[in-house]
Amino acid sequence: MNNKLSAAARREENWGWFMVAPTIIGLVVLNLWPFVQTLYASFCEHEGFGHYKFIGLQNYVDMFMNAEFWKATWNTIYFCILTVPVGIALALLIAMLLNANVRFKGGFRTIFFLPLVCAPAAVAMVWRWIFNGEYGILNQILGVKIQWITDPKTAVLAVAIVSVWSSIGYDAVLLLAGLQNIPKSLYEANSIDGAGKVQQFFTITLPMVSPTLFSVLIMRLMASMKIYDLIYMMADETNPALTDMQSLMYLFYRSSFVAGDRGYGSAIVIWTVGLILLVTLVQFQGQKKWVTYDI
Amino acid sequence: MKNTNSLKRSYMINKALTYFFLILGAVIMIFPFLWMILTSSKTVPESMLIPPTFFPKQLMLDNFKEAIASLPFANLYWNTILMVFFRVVCAVLFSSMAGYAFAKLKFRGKNILFGIVLIQMSLPSQIFIIPQYQMVAKMGMANTIFALVFPGLVSAFGVFFLRQAYMSIPDEVGEAAYLDGCNQWQTFYKIMFPLTGTSVAALTIFTAVFAYGDLMWPLVVNSDLKMMTLSSGLSTLRGQFTTNFPVLMAGSLLAMLPMVVLYLIFQRQFVEGIAGTGGK
Repeated sequence: MNNKLSAAARREENWGWFMVAPTIIGLVVLNLWPFVQTLYASFCEHEGFGHYKFIGLQNYVDMFMNAEFWKATWNTIYFCILTVPVGIALALLIAMLLNANVRFKGGFRTIFFLPLVCAPAAVAMVWRWIFNGEYGILNQILGVKIQWITDPKTAVLAVAIVSVWSSIGYDAVLLLAGLQNIPKSLYEANSIDGAGKVQQFFTITLPMVSPTLFSVLIMRLMASMKIYDLIYMMADETNPALTDMQSLMYLFYRSSFVAGDRGYGSAIVIWTVGLILLVTLVQFQGQKKWVTYDI
Repeated sequence: MKNTNSLKRSYMINKALTYFFLILGAVIMIFPFLWMILTSSKTVPESMLIPPTFFPKQLMLDNFKEAIASLPFANLYWNTILMVFFRVVCAVLFSSMAGYAFAKLKFRGKNILFGIVLIQMSLPSQIFIIPQYQMVAKMGMANTIFALVFPGLVSAFGVFFLRQAYMSIPDEVGEAAYLDGCNQWQTFYKIMFPLTGTSVAALTIFTAVFAYGDLMWPLVVNSDLKMMTLSSGLSTLRGQFTTNFPVLMAGSLLAMLPMVVLYLIFQRQFVEGIAGTGGK
């Protein structure tokens, strides 16, 4: 086989291997092998110092029998329900407003995008202060006395508000790019027919922007399923609403690195990845009903 | 006549509504930052006034001094800068090489190897964390800059992204260089790499912002306060000052500042860099 390659082709092949080598070696050592290890560890008990003992499905049995785990699963799904539809709808609204010939478009874009470059830890800290039950400005403005972060009823909602606030500019910028690709002539032809704005939105804008909308949806869903940093910052171990706002990834962190139960932690992360995969597959099936790729 | 008047009026109402919602949105986006800055200059009793005062009575740096006294900010800045720097250099260097090879060179096993890249991209990073941490611990490298950089030594996303950049360069460019006597490395390094400037800038910004904001990995791997990043260091303040919000706001402001300043200078590059990469 080798003999059949010309000298130049063989040289090209060697260069190819040489140039992908650092990346491939890195990915195998840093990702592929750890993935296998995590999968294996989920069937093991961690005995300390990196030693694992095979215990079969015990971690999964423990997990499925554990109320805290199911609560975390529900919290994660509830968080997605709160953030994804509202966040994307608001992002689309902002994108449409920016797409209408406004002045200072760049300035508005810069402002809406600002939270993206701020560390979530710092963002969460600021919102802890705004949400503070005693002296927080939000309660003062609304004239209420809600313990946003420590009341089990509002804790997930509070994190969801921060999450939407943080990511809305990013989604809006992506959707704006999608809107700008819609040919103006489509609207012009339509307005001659005297179609109303609302009708225009449903017959032109929405179908034309649906591919972008779909990719934003998938991205936002995946990110929301993995929510961790904001919750870590807002729910310390002393927060009475901790288990009421704890997401799967936060439970994973606490099980693996606070409690040190790495086998159990691995089972949680495998479960979460499975869940993400499932949700994504459902979305890819569902897209056939509403995403239009060819007009 | 009447018709054009009512058309004009509905146009004006439309415009007014557009600006109203945009400005309302902008105020909601800006307010938390403004409130952070204002609170950072208030005394504790002042921050707890009911009804609250908007502006602080004085302009003072006491809260910043206290934040710096309780958190080694100089170390945090330095660690964060080094982590971001090395992650960016590794991502750009290795991803450019691999992206070029995957886009332009013929070699056996290419599809399988690219499959590894795609697998990594589609899995959330948390699935790798425990084994990665165990590797770092086994090497005795916990609480080092190396540990902070470790998961970012290679970037599957960077390879995928730069491969697209190289694919958009016509093959003729490389062939011309090859005929001029460049070998594959020279073609890549002297001719092709400089043509991917915009994409490299985007990858740089994306990698930097992501590394800077990351919280779980630095918390897991560097528990020594002096070896933390701005993100993980700031998170330790949360238990230390439960009610002293002026100090917490001063600390948050210090942690945010470097990236926000860079963002305000390179707005367009940041927005296009982060949004253009499609995110992760």
